[in-house]
Amino acid sequence: MTQVNSFSKGLNDGIPICLGYFSVAFAFGIFAVESGLTVWQSVIISLTNLTSAGQLAGVPIITCGGTLTELALSQLVINARYSLMSISLSQKFSPKVKSWDKLLIAYGNTDEVFAVAHSNDGEIGKKYMWGLILLPVIGWTGGTYAGAMAGNILPAEAISALGLAIYGMFIAIIVPVAKKEKKTALCVLLAIALSCIFRYLPALSIVPSGFTVIICAVTASVVFAILAPIDTAEKEGAASE
Amino acid sequence: MNNQKFLLYLLVMAGVTYLVRMIPMVLFKEKIKNKFILSFLHYIPYTVLAVMTVPACFHATGSVFSAVIGFTIAVVAALRGKGLTFVAFLSCGGVFITELVMYALR
Repeated sequence: MTQVNSFSKGLNDGIPICLGYFSVAFAFGIFAVESGLTVWQSVIISLTNLTSAGQLAGVPIITCGGTLTELALSQLVINARYSLMSISLSQKFSPKVKSWDKLLIAYGNTDEVFAVAHSNDGEIGKKYMWGLILLPVIGWTGGTYAGAMAGNILPAEAISALGLAIYGMFIAIIVPVAKKEKKTALCVLLAIALSCIFRYLPALSIVPSGFTVIICAVTASVVFAILAPIDTAEKEGAASE
Repeated sequence: MNNQKFLLYLLVMAGVTYLVRMIPMVLFKEKIKNKFILSFLHYIPYTVLAVMTVPACFHATGSVFSAVIGFTIAVVAALRGKGLTFVAFLSCGGVFITELVMYALR
């Protein structure tokens, strides 16, 4: 079986991910500072978490003084998909990748890193993974720093407009899949309907934001996993951010 | 926010995120075959993002009106197959111009 274990090939494959991350992290940096975190708090969140949706859900919980339980549960649910990617990726590792190595590699297993690593033919080694993870981490952390700094300098009109950037990106992730898969489209619509109910129905609008995300997303996903299960087992690679 | 309280939040947030990635990678040797779990995990990224986006995005800019314009631009651009970064900044551009026009007309 062929083996991919070149650090420089990893670096190379990580360049486009790094560039994409920089711009998204820029939007996150602005959002985090607007929410009330300092520049360095925003940066260290990005460096230690390395996940867009989880961080975007986590920051309001932190700045609004939510409970640690709410924070932990929201991260668990929102990042649950990584479990599957981690399992899937661990099957592609060469036998030389030990449990000890996985402790480090697991940190960098984002949607895009997973997708790129998984697209290689044959087994992959730890040096390739190190190379692949390095630049995206720099792009994500550096982009957060740039955005957080810009958030302190840019005029209000620009901040207002950039407030939509991270949501625009989420829309760009959801729409193409929803266009292709009717099941996913309907599932997303159900989730949105629930989300609007929780936001605008006075009795439910008191539910903390982290819990709202969990309740709505899990409900819609469970309903559709029962009513409209996905056929192929190969779908695990379809998730991307 | 004060650093001591922040560090506690950070520890929980980063800890959970890391463990979710690490434990299955180190422990699981077998592929998941359960159709329900596979389907659930297929849907969950999209429902999470959708719930976080709508309706929060309508309150993310200076006015609901400019946000709706930006949202619409993003959906149309994404339907036409444009990339993440392009869609994101196009929608921001839409908001920016809409708000400029709104202030000019005021």
